[in-house]
Order: sequence, then structure tokens, then C-alpha cells
Amino acid sequence: MYQTTYHRASSVDEAASLFAKGSEAKFLAGGQTLLPVMKQRLASPSDVIDLGKIKELIGVEASGDMLTVKAATPHYDVATSEAAKKTIPALAYLASLIGDPAVRYRGTIGGSIANNDPAADYPAALLALGATVKTSKRSIAAEDFFQGLFTTALEDGEIITAVSFPVPAKAGYAKMRHPASRFALTAVFVAQTKSGEIRVAATGASQSGVMRIPAIEAALKANWSPSALDNVSIPASGLLADIHGTAEYRANLVKVMAQRAVTAAG
Amino acid sequence: MGVEGIGARVVRKEDKRFITGKGRYVDDIKLLGMTHAHFIRSPHAHAKVKKIDSSAALKMPGVVAVLTGQELVDDKVGNLICGWAITSKDGSPMKMGAWPAMAPETVRFVGQAVAVVIADSKNLARDAAEAVLVDYEELPAVADVQTAIKSGAPQLHPEAPGNQVYDWVIGDEGATDAAFAKAANVVKLDVTNNRLAPNAMEPRAAIADYDAAEEHFTLYTTSQNPHVARLVLSAFYNIAPEHKLRVIAPDVGGGFGSKIFIYPEEMVALWASKKVGRPVKWTGDRTEAFLTDAHGRDHVTHAEMAFDANNKITGLKVKTYANFGAYMSLFSSSVPTYLYATLLSGQYNIPAIHAEVVGVYTNTTPVDAYRGAGRPEASYLIERLMETAARQLKVDPAQLRRTNFITQFPHQTPVIMAYDTGDFNASLDAAMKAIDYAGFAARKAQAKSQGKLRGIGVSCYIEACGIAPSKAVGSLGAGVGLWESAEVRVNPVGTIEILTGSHSHGQGHETTFCQLVAERLGIPISQVSIVHGDTDKVQFGMGTYGSRSAAVGLTAILKAMEKMESKAKKIAAHALEASEADIVIENGEFKVTGTDKAIALPMVALAAYTAHNLPDGMEPGLKESAFYDPTNFTFPAGAYICELEVDPGTGKTSFVNFVAADDFGRLINPMIVEGQVHGGLAQGIGQALLEHAIYDANGQPVTASFMDYSMPRADDLPSFNLSHTTTLCPGNPLGIKGCGEAGAIGASAAVINAITDAIGNNNLEMPATPDRVWRTIHAA
Repeated sequence: MYQTTYHRASSVDEAASLFAKGSEAKFLAGGQTLLPVMKQRLASPSDVIDLGKIKELIGVEASGDMLTVKAATPHYDVATSEAAKKTIPALAYLASLIGDPAVRYRGTIGGSIANNDPAADYPAALLALGATVKTSKRSIAAEDFFQGLFTTALEDGEIITAVSFPVPAKAGYAKMRHPASRFALTAVFVAQTKSGEIRVAATGASQSGVMRIPAIEAALKANWSPSALDNVSIPASGLLADIHGTAEYRANLVKVMAQRAVTAAG
Repeated sequence: MGVEGIGARVVRKEDKRFITGKGRYVDDIKLLGMTHAHFIRSPHAHAKVKKIDSSAALKMPGVVAVLTGQELVDDKVGNLICGWAITSKDGSPMKMGAWPAMAPETVRFVGQAVAVVIADSKNLARDAAEAVLVDYEELPAVADVQTAIKSGAPQLHPEAPGNQVYDWVIGDEGATDAAFAKAANVVKLDVTNNRLAPNAMEPRAAIADYDAAEEHFTLYTTSQNPHVARLVLSAFYNIAPEHKLRVIAPDVGGGFGSKIFIYPEEMVALWASKKVGRPVKWTGDRTEAFLTDAHGRDHVTHAEMAFDANNKITGLKVKTYANFGAYMSLFSSSVPTYLYATLLSGQYNIPAIHAEVVGVYTNTTPVDAYRGAGRPEASYLIERLMETAARQLKVDPAQLRRTNFITQFPHQTPVIMAYDTGDFNASLDAAMKAIDYAGFAARKAQAKSQGKLRGIGVSCYIEACGIAPSKAVGSLGAGVGLWESAEVRVNPVGTIEILTGSHSHGQGHETTFCQLVAERLGIPISQVSIVHGDTDKVQFGMGTYGSRSAAVGLTAILKAMEKMESKAKKIAAHALEASEADIVIENGEFKVTGTDKAIALPMVALAAYTAHNLPDGMEPGLKESAFYDPTNFTFPAGAYICELEVDPGTGKTSFVNFVAADDFGRLINPMIVEGQVHGGLAQGIGQALLEHAIYDANGQPVTASFMDYSMPRADDLPSFNLSHTTTLCPGNPLGIKGCGEAGAIGASAAVINAITDAIGNNNLEMPATPDRVWRTIHAA
């Protein structure tokens, strides 16, 4: 690791002003990506500004038809949150599948979506549930937030404060775990909103990061059942291919995981 | 057996320090004035080193030195050796290229060191390493054996034309051809045995400390065999004479074979310590472990098995290409030859066998012994062949094995090994009963109704352990003897220290070796200490590998114990005014049999050291040593059966049951044996389902971190169902066969046999990843 200056911010405003002072500052949440990258000397921030101890950024709250997960809430807290399990159990289940226990105790939703790894779990939930990302400056629809591999709508110095999820009528998540990293080899989140809209998002599959699957959404709109997808064909073009899965295999997984997510959603 | 004697499930003495963080590993050791080494490693699989410019680095803070491969040459430091000479079928010796500890001219795999920075801290060394400019001229590279043996392939070493190290044969080719000519059926199979990274929990590390006044070196290192390390470093590398080099292997966090070998980093640390006049520490990180720890396996094999009309095997032909990587590691040459082809008879009566093994250089990390070392490759091949044959001949796979089992012992195979004892039917019976083999068809049908593909796979393995009779391995080209040494020191107060040449790096020697003493003397194991891992404390010994520590190392302790007991009985008889022949040892006392006269061990010990009243002519003291050289290998064997389900939608495998019925001879501590089997099974299953060290066509490693290399985790594995059937090994007095490698040897074939049974397609290689299994299902 290169020399860096560590700051523990006590408020979002303080974090933003510390960031502005650093020449090449980075925000630190759970550190599950930034710290390994720094240890490998692939990142050399001048300043690391820790958001993880800011009280206003931690917690899970349900209010009316909205579930809000504050940005520095660790995955373990979401997985075990009574509010999350009651309103969007598929989201609590998703959080329980992230990485391993050590990752779930440290990693946060804000860190995960700010990094936007193409195989991360949370982006699928945000996109399928039509969530809104709240930041220190504005609110951004999930649709607009994710902009390709490791790229988001966040501006320099902008801090995610919370993610608001509209409570759906039904939702389900199914994940094929990457055997080494335990990211998603491919995972699919399906949701039926209270207004009847069907939204399906896949992570780990596309070369462009998290994506909606219109063919599956259309089939489920006509018939909300796993068998509705039997004849849906997902093209392999544009999908990721590596030593753990060919593009064809991932195309198959998009469909199979969608079917299992529908079964889980009920 | 007593509560702590042989056969007792004694809790491990060493675990208190391990689970409370009090273990003392090499990286825990800090010496005054210690410097830190960081190696500069090649990013290229094959390149000329044109120039190394360290001028900027040398000006950086805390930098002590930047040393290069050319300086090693200038100081006449020897090249790394390969300690087992193999002769090709044309009578020529194996063809080896030089392996310098740091490359002065040519790098041949990604990760090979070209220079080392020595600095005041690890971080400063890393900083300076980034300022060292190495100018490479890239050369074409080759990573796999099939490409490497083709004409026109990139050539690694001028000494080895065609990248061929050797072309070695074993067995009777004429008899084998004759058997095939008369065969009623011939079964053919191509198999690839995947390359594995060993991944001990503790990465390799070394601290070298040169004392200029004494001209003496101390090396702390992660070694399975510190005496062998000292011998090799002294005799071949021209760094320090043996009496001026102390090698200490303290607590070592796993080895699996990878810490047998003497690596460039230890050599360079020793040499550099003298050059800079300060202690030098190097601790590898996980990436360096992936790049430089000797890998395991990596065979490509074509095999054919001939059967008569009664399904009896009449012959076996094998041709294997073994990938050695870029250099010949210390024992690499023996792994695909004498540790592999000598086990090709498996548990079966095979009248004629012929095997040919071609060793090949590639631009990859060197390959050497890894848990099982050659025997997993043989067992996997034979057990895949038997399953394939059963399917082709349409007979039950278990029955086909029974038809061909060796049942008379001793049994001379056509490939050197002479099996001393065993009961292969008993192991198979136990495994079939444990898994309810007869009820499988009904369970398969039930699973099918739930959309799952269920399969069952048998693997009947045999291995040669207790390595090894020195004369025999010497005649086959080994550069060392494979006996073991022991010393028993009874202290004046009656406590006991056992000095052993074996080395514990997870196996539990500090407990099991004490159990032998408790068994013989009837004293608690708390009265016994095991001393190992330090060449200044312990007499020369050969170390731990090849499931040898109990069969060979513990037998050496037994021999020393017998000598000590004999002397102690004389002292007791003298003190009790009785005949030596009437003395028995019970509960820590020397008793006159049939009387109530007795003298406790501490009093005997004290008498030995005060020497006030010893029998006439007896030397004072109570300390004996022994060297034990086995007369044969031992032959652990067993039957593993795996039942699993494949999800046809994802290709993912889930275990239903995994049973292991092993014959290890006598068990010293069944709990520790079970732990050894669990670990071995995890590695065997890891190889079958998950692990694969992959290189791209240019020799770039693709799996150099845990983000890409799939290690088995607890939830990838079933809860194992273990049992033991026992035939005592006649070759050593304790009847021990060894248990350290069995799981890794037998498990892989059971898993692949079960998956291929489930999906109804035999064309599946390891690792059977979900992607691979799914594509195989859909190719059917």
C-alpha cells in the first residue's frame, strides 16, 4: 500500500469538505474493493475519507410503501433487518448471499453500487425494483444511475446517502454464485410492482453491467410463472465469457435464474 | 490402549497455541537490524533480460541493495537441482536446462525472479522495486504440453530439444501387446489431470541471518524437511558449509508437498544476508504463492485396457505427457514416473502393463509433488478406466472391480510395486453398505421425478506410502535415502523429549508421537515433548511427505524407545535386585513381574544421571537414538463412493452422500486420522469440481488470485461418512500404513464417475465446473 492520509468523517458535510481538500481523495465505505486494490498498489489515493462511522448513513427503515437502506449499512444488517424481511424479503435474501460473512459485516450498499461491479448483487435489485439513489446533491433513478462497467452517474465528490426501494407486490432473487469470488456468475432479480409493472434485471451476465431483460419481462407480463419463460431465448451476444462461464452458459443462466426467481417470488 | 495410548482420540496438544494465536511462524520472527527483501519478477512467460537499471532505486530511502542474477553467477552460487535422475528409454539421462535462483539472461515463466531489492522495510523495498527498470525482449512462449511437443514450438532450453526432458518407459511392452492382440474387449480413455496450485494457508517465507564473526548462517524457513534443505543448500548451492548453516522450520502452516522443495527465495536470502551484513526477511504474498509455489499434477494421458471374455483385465497401456513447467523442481522428475506409473496396477490383477511417460518443459510455474504426488494421477486414471469399462461392458462397476481385485498377498505387480497386504473386498463392502448401494436405483428414479440427475461413482484407490526403502529408491535414481531418525531423551526427572527428523506442519505429530510413548511407558502425554524442525537440535532426518511420518518416523521413535527401555530395565533390575528378564513397564513404573516390587520412571532416570549405583560397566545417562529404514513401501487402500445430484438447468453438482472406507493399518489417533481424511477429500473434491491453475496460450496465468482460482469451501463439501477396515501392515512393527494423502488420491475419480453417471455422458474432464457439466449435458 502507498502512503495515504486517513480521515474519519463524522457527517456527510464534513466528508464532502474533506474530499474537496484532498488532491486525489477517495471515499471509503466498507472497503471491500478499495482496500484490496490499494494493497495491490493499483490505487494510490492521497486521502481516504471513511464514511462508515457516519451515524446518519446507517440503518434500514420502512415507511409506507418505501424501504430505505442508508448508504453505509452493511450487508449483514440488511440481511437480518426485520423491516427489510417484512417489506422486501427478496432484498434481505440478496444481501445474505453477498460474498462471505466477513464481506457481509464490512461491505455496504453504498459502496457496492458506487463501485458498480458488473457482477455485484445490489445493482440487480435497484434496477428491478425501480429504486432511487439519494446522494448529497440529488436523487437519481436506478435506471440513470448505472452507466456501464464500474461507471455511475455520481459526480466527483458526490456521496450516496441512501437507497429508497418502492415496496413491490412480489419480488424474487436467484443467484448462481461465482465459484471463486462468490460474486454473481449470473443472478436475476424479478419484481412485480404494486401498479402491475414487471421489471427484471440481471447481473453478472452482460459486458455492459447490470441490465433489464425485456424479453423476460414481456413473457412474465403475459403469464407470471416460471413456465412462461420456457420458450424465451436469451441471445449470448454481448454477454460476459471467462474461465468460469461461456456466454452461452450465462445466457442459459439468465433464463434459469429468472425462472427460479419467479418461483421464489411466488 | 490407555486413555492417551495408541488408538485413543486424544485432543491435539498443539492446537492450544494455534487456536489462541500463539503459533510462531517464520513471519512472526523479527531479528535486530533485519532488512526486507522484495523480488522483482518477470511479467513475461519467456523473455531475454536485456538490462537491469537499479540506479534510481538505489538512491531511494531505506534501500540497502539491489541484487541481480548476474551477481549470483559472479559469486558462483549454484543452480537449483533436481534430486532424482530419470533415464529415458533410449538409455540417455534426462535433459535439463539450468535453473538459476534469479535469471541473469532468460526468464521462462511469469513470476520468475530477476532481481531483489533489500531495504529497511517491506514497503520501502516495494517502493524501490517499482523504480528498478528491467528491459526485456519478449520471446514466443508455450504453456501446454500438446503445443510444446510439436515441431516449431517455442523452445525453452537448448539442453532439451523439442522441450522433452525424458521419454521413460516401464513394464513389458511385448507382453502387453500380446494381451491386447488376444483381447475380447478393449476400453480406451483420454484423460487430463488438471494443474493445481497448492495454496497452503501460510505463504512461504524465509529469514536469513549471517554471523560474520562465526561465518555462520541461520535460516528460518517454511520447510517440510529442514535437514534436506540444509543438505541441498550446502552441498549444491555453494552458500554455506553444512556445519555453518542452521535451518529452523518453526510452526509451518500447511505444505501439501509444496514446502518440500528448496526455492530460489531461501537461497537468495542467505546469500544476500552475507552480502548486506544484516538479516534478510522475505515473506511471500498470495500472488507470489500462485506464481512460484511448485504446482501439482498437469498430465495428459491416453490409456487402453484389455479384457478377456470373462471381464478379467489382461493388459494396460498408458501414454502420459507430464507438464513440468519451465524448470525441473527438486523431486519433479520422480512424480510422473516412479510415484505414478508404479501404481498403475491399482487394486487389480493386471498381468501385463506398459506405460510411457514423456516429460515436457513449458513456460509455466514448475510442477512437483502435491498431496499424493503421482498416485492421484494413477488412481484417477485407473478408476476412470474401470468405470468406463463397466459402462462399455454393461456390468455393474462395483462387480467389475470385484472380478479383478487382487486377493492374494504378497502380490507382485508388473510395475515394480509388491503389495504386502490388503483386503479390497472388505473396503468395498463397507463403502457399499454405508451408502446403501443396492438402494441407489430407487433413489435415482425418485430424484428424476424431481427434475434432478442423480449419479453414483465408485473409486477403489491404492497408494504407496511410508516412503521409502532407501536401497530401492536409490536403485531407481533417487539422490537421497528415505529412512528416518529419532532420539529419545529421558531427562533426569523422568520427563521425555523425543527428537524426530519428521516435521509437523499440521499433521499433529506433537500429539500422536507422544501417544506411542504413553502406550509403552504408561505415562501421560503431558510428560512428553516432541522436538522437531531445527537442525541444531535434531539429528539428521528426512522430513515429512508421502504419508511417511507415522510409518517411518514413528517406527524410528519405537526403535529408539526399545533401546532406551532396555537400558532402563537393566538399571531397574539392578536397583530392585531382580533379573532384567522379570522387569515389566506399567503405569510409569518398572515392576518385578509377579511381585509388588517397583521403581518409578523418574527414579530410574535419576539413577541413570547420578550414576551412583549403576550396573558395572554401564555408561551414565538415558538417551538413545535410532535410524529406521523401511523394507518396503506401505500400501494404504480403500473404497470411496460418491452419490450426488446434478441440476440440469445450471450444471451444478450437489452432494447427497460421500462415504470413505479406508485401510490405513493401525490408527494411532482416529480423530487425527479423520481430520487427515477430511482434508484430503476436500482437496480431491476440489480438484474434481473447482480447482484449476490456468494459463493462456502466451503463458500468462489466468488464475493467480482467489478471485479466479476456486478453492473448495466448507459449503462446497458434504459431511463425510468415514469408516475403516484394517489389515495391519507387515512391513513395520506398529502395522501402520499412513493416511495423509488417501483422500486426495481417491476422491476425484469417485466424483467424476458419479457426475458422468448422472448425466449419462462419459466425456467430462476435471474440474467439472457447472459450465462444463451443463455444456456436456447439452452436447449429449
